[in-house]
Amino acid sequence: MVVKVLGACCGNCATLMENTRIALKELGIGCEVEKVTDFAEIAKYGVMSIPALVIDDRVVSSGKVLKPKDIMKILEGVAR
Amino acid sequence: MAVFGWLNDQLLKMEWLWSLVAQLVEHVFGLDVGSRLGGSIHFFIYDSIKILVLLSALIFGISYIQSFFPPERTKKILGRFHGIGANVLGALLGTVTPFCSCSSIPLFIGFTNAGLPLGVTFSFLISSPLVDLASLILIAGIFGWATAIAYVVVGIVLAVGAGTIIGASGAEKYVEPFVFNRMRGSADLDYQALSTRERLAYARDEAVGILSKVWIYVLVGVGIGAAIHNWIPQTLIAAVLGQDKWYSVLLATVVGVPMYADIFGTLPIAEALVARGVGLGTALSFMMGVTALSLPSLVLLKRVVKPRLLAIFVGIVTVGIMIIGYAFNAFGHLFI
Repeated sequence: MVVKVLGACCGNCATLMENTRIALKELGIGCEVEKVTDFAEIAKYGVMSIPALVIDDRVVSSGKVLKPKDIMKILEGVAR
Repeated sequence: MAVFGWLNDQLLKMEWLWSLVAQLVEHVFGLDVGSRLGGSIHFFIYDSIKILVLLSALIFGISYIQSFFPPERTKKILGRFHGIGANVLGALLGTVTPFCSCSSIPLFIGFTNAGLPLGVTFSFLISSPLVDLASLILIAGIFGWATAIAYVVVGIVLAVGAGTIIGASGAEKYVEPFVFNRMRGSADLDYQALSTRERLAYARDEAVGILSKVWIYVLVGVGIGAAIHNWIPQTLIAAVLGQDKWYSVLLATVVGVPMYADIFGTLPIAEALVARGVGLGTALSFMMGVTALSLPSLVLLKRVVKPRLLAIFVGIVTVGIMIIGYAFNAFGHLFI
């Protein structure tokens, strides 16, 4: 599984990054969270508000600072 | 009408709080509100509480409304309009679409990529930090409704005007080419309808999130306001920013533009300036300069547009803010 957080500047992006790590750990998924800060790269995903969460190249959320339990729900949905 | 006036004074201007804090300063601290120290302490406590309370309630209510207008939806709505109508709509949607300054670049790319004219995108980008629903109500609470509505109207006019000029200048060639690259996919997942419960949760999170970020701006702003209110000599203020000085608006704008602060932090400063006899237009120019343009946002924007377009953008907006300032100074007495 490849998990990416898109976003560069404000605290929101860092919070999403941290929450994603917590969710992955909670579910025992051993994969790293990649941070994408290059705007050209972010644009490729068609995302218009950051932070955004990308799992296996699919945008699952944008413009929201998800809580760990929300991310866990999404991750469980993807795994199924 | 009398009931409305009373509600306005008590809920927005919070006159009860003014008296309460006056009691506190006089009886608990033993200071005269008319004195210098007592006056600034009163201003600081009263204004901090007023702005923070209004802000919490406002952000909650407004975020609820905003949850109906995610950027993806705005993009779709805007795509259906053309000409100056699209600019006006872009400016209006800028007032309700939620977006933190960091999102301005992905948003710029998203709009441009969807084929929206550059001018419409700029109308949106200008109005978004300049005019929002929270600032409308806060300005009403400090300067009254006539000023608040006039502020919003000139803010929208500035956004539409500047956007139209940028659109007409054929500036597309000054946009970095990668912005036009076809996007791989479009993330329209935010588009799904939210339940009322989800909207309420979103509004609560926004209120907490925004407040935890802006409270420091508010306190610093109120602190500066308190200093202006009671410590800086009247003669100095009159000499630098007085109504009769032709350069007052120019100075307020030039100082305000590079600064970055939230509109909620700049309001108490504007309030104190006006109380010390500075022209309303001068105070508004300062506020608009601080919120519409700032160094951090320009640094971000520079990644997608070439310096020439950036200069056009800054130039037009700065001149627009000054025109508004001079106009308000000339006709401001009609509002307060």
